[in-house]
Amino acid sequence: MIVDPVTLMVALITVATPVLLAAIGELVVEKAGVLNLGVEGMMIMGAVCGFVVAHHSGSAAVGFAAGMAGGAALAMLFAVLTQLLMANQVASGLALTLFGLGLAALIGVGYGGRDLPAVYRPFPEVWHDIAVIGPIVFSHSALVYVALLLVVAVWLVLTRTRIGLVLRAVGENHDAAHALGYKVVRIRIAAILFGGACAGLGGAFLSVVRVQNWLEGMTAGAGWIALALVVFAAWKPWRVLLGAWLFGGIAALQLRLQAAEVGVPVALLDASPYLITIIVLVIISSDRSRAALNAPAMLGRIFHTSG
Amino acid sequence: MKLLPKFLTSAALAVGLAMPAFAQDPFKVGFIYVGTPGDYGWTYEHDQARLAVEATYGDAVETVYLESVPEGADAERSITQMILGGADMIFTTSFGYGEATNAVAARFPDVYFEHATGYMREHANVSTYNARFYEGRAVLGHIAGQMTESNIIGYIGSYPIPEVIQGINSAFLHARAVNPDVEFRVVWAYTWFDPAIEADAAQALIDAGADVIMQHTDSTAPQTVAQEAGIISFGQASDMIQFAPRPRVASIIDNWAPYYIRRVGEAMNGTWTQSDIWEGMPEGMVVIGELTEAIPAEVRASAQEMIDALKAGTYHPFTGPINKQDGSPWLAAGEVADDGTLLGMNFYVEGITGDIPN
Repeated sequence: MIVDPVTLMVALITVATPVLLAAIGELVVEKAGVLNLGVEGMMIMGAVCGFVVAHHSGSAAVGFAAGMAGGAALAMLFAVLTQLLMANQVASGLALTLFGLGLAALIGVGYGGRDLPAVYRPFPEVWHDIAVIGPIVFSHSALVYVALLLVVAVWLVLTRTRIGLVLRAVGENHDAAHALGYKVVRIRIAAILFGGACAGLGGAFLSVVRVQNWLEGMTAGAGWIALALVVFAAWKPWRVLLGAWLFGGIAALQLRLQAAEVGVPVALLDASPYLITIIVLVIISSDRSRAALNAPAMLGRIFHTSG
Repeated sequence: MKLLPKFLTSAALAVGLAMPAFAQDPFKVGFIYVGTPGDYGWTYEHDQARLAVEATYGDAVETVYLESVPEGADAERSITQMILGGADMIFTTSFGYGEATNAVAARFPDVYFEHATGYMREHANVSTYNARFYEGRAVLGHIAGQMTESNIIGYIGSYPIPEVIQGINSAFLHARAVNPDVEFRVVWAYTWFDPAIEADAAQALIDAGADVIMQHTDSTAPQTVAQEAGIISFGQASDMIQFAPRPRVASIIDNWAPYYIRRVGEAMNGTWTQSDIWEGMPEGMVVIGELTEAIPAEVRASAQEMIDALKAGTYHPFTGPINKQDGSPWLAAGEVADDGTLLGMNFYVEGITGDIPN
């Protein structure tokens, strides 16, 4: 066997988790009709807050909570700008990324290389040694399972509950939702905060679990991949999971193919997530009715109560 | 998409650099970094050298730096901005800044330019400097070859450029010399600094059976992975001593400080002339960090002998007989590689099984 499929699966799930967390949060934000391009900034804030707090508190779980808080705090800024002050969402989102990268660098000064508490792995050590499913299913840290549960929860809430229906209504037609008496701005702020917390959690996973260190600029574009992933998934939670594993799988696979000395065009493989996203965009926008079913109609539009 | 935030960040930083001139007008030295001083690797060492310049000349110099400047067109703008902010001398500390450095140098003939690891000196005010990292790699290969049990050594490369290929060849030759069964697995990360990718690359190599990790990328992320896997690794560019005694059993340190101090001094007193230097262990530009207790005593002793020989200049890591990967002869017995071949090195030596990507 050129590439061991078991270790590939283990690596793929780890690689995919930060992006999965950020993307599932952004999906909820976009479902509410808001386009927040600041995912990268919120992730890096989560990474630094998670690392710093995990280091001081000695608890990875407290670190994760801090990562969520850090991401949500930055998202709150975006919410104030775009929902209360009616600022342009694209510009605000880009500014949020720049601000987040700078602020995180400032907070993290002197923290690189500090020690971290061990991460919690919910399943007993002996289970990890079970052939095939041991490493793939049972060997991960708790947050990996939380991310999967979150996908299920978001899917259930969006499609099976009244809250989900209202959120989608706000995203599809904010004037109609407003006329029905729903608090459009409040619902959107809640969605933005949820998205920020998810992105922050993804960032904290990166610093506390995957790299186990704080390094400036360590998200290195993961937030942008998360944004691409939401489009790739056509705003469907299950496809976000599938896409995250596909993107993560390509990343993990190309490194293993290289290690196995199989000649692969690395640049092409690295670019493939973006290429696939473009192809998916072309496909979903080629059919007007299908595109209308998928992309929230109010995505990126500003809501005025007078409108 | 990845470039955009970096572009804007450095733009924002550049604006902040335009500081008012001081009354006594100190000599202003600017540094362009490809990563951040917080990488504890490549950029960290350049920043240490910058601080050494400040410590040496005190109030007579002022230093500024810009971090995470992308290699390419954006670098040109960043360097220009720095000069407009009053810089009298510029150190551009990554291979990819070559064209930008020379383009700006043409427009500012009175400013001194120093380009790290480069080869382009199109104007009289541009010097290049580089370190013979491959000398240090020989020592690491010597240790790695004797410490591996799986006989597979994983190597994380950044880009397939001569400097990195020299390192792979040097490490391999000296690992093979002490262990005829050793094999190298090379993974190219196509980045100098991306902790997540570097960590994933280390994991991929470990999954492929490697029990020693060598890296030619800038962050400490592979060290963390090696630690978790219980294998050994080597500090790169900086000592990475926080990972000693295991996984980091030794390290290659780039010691730029003496050169920076010397060149800034020359520029200040007007004796600076264009030069192209390539210094290694004899001059102290490449230093091997502490060999830890995790290395067996006899290996440590023989490694120390090699270090002494390299420092004394009595041993060249590329001494024949050496064949190229395809079996054709490169160096005859006793022949030593010339610098021209090394600087353009685009082939593996015999015994390495992978291919260099185009």
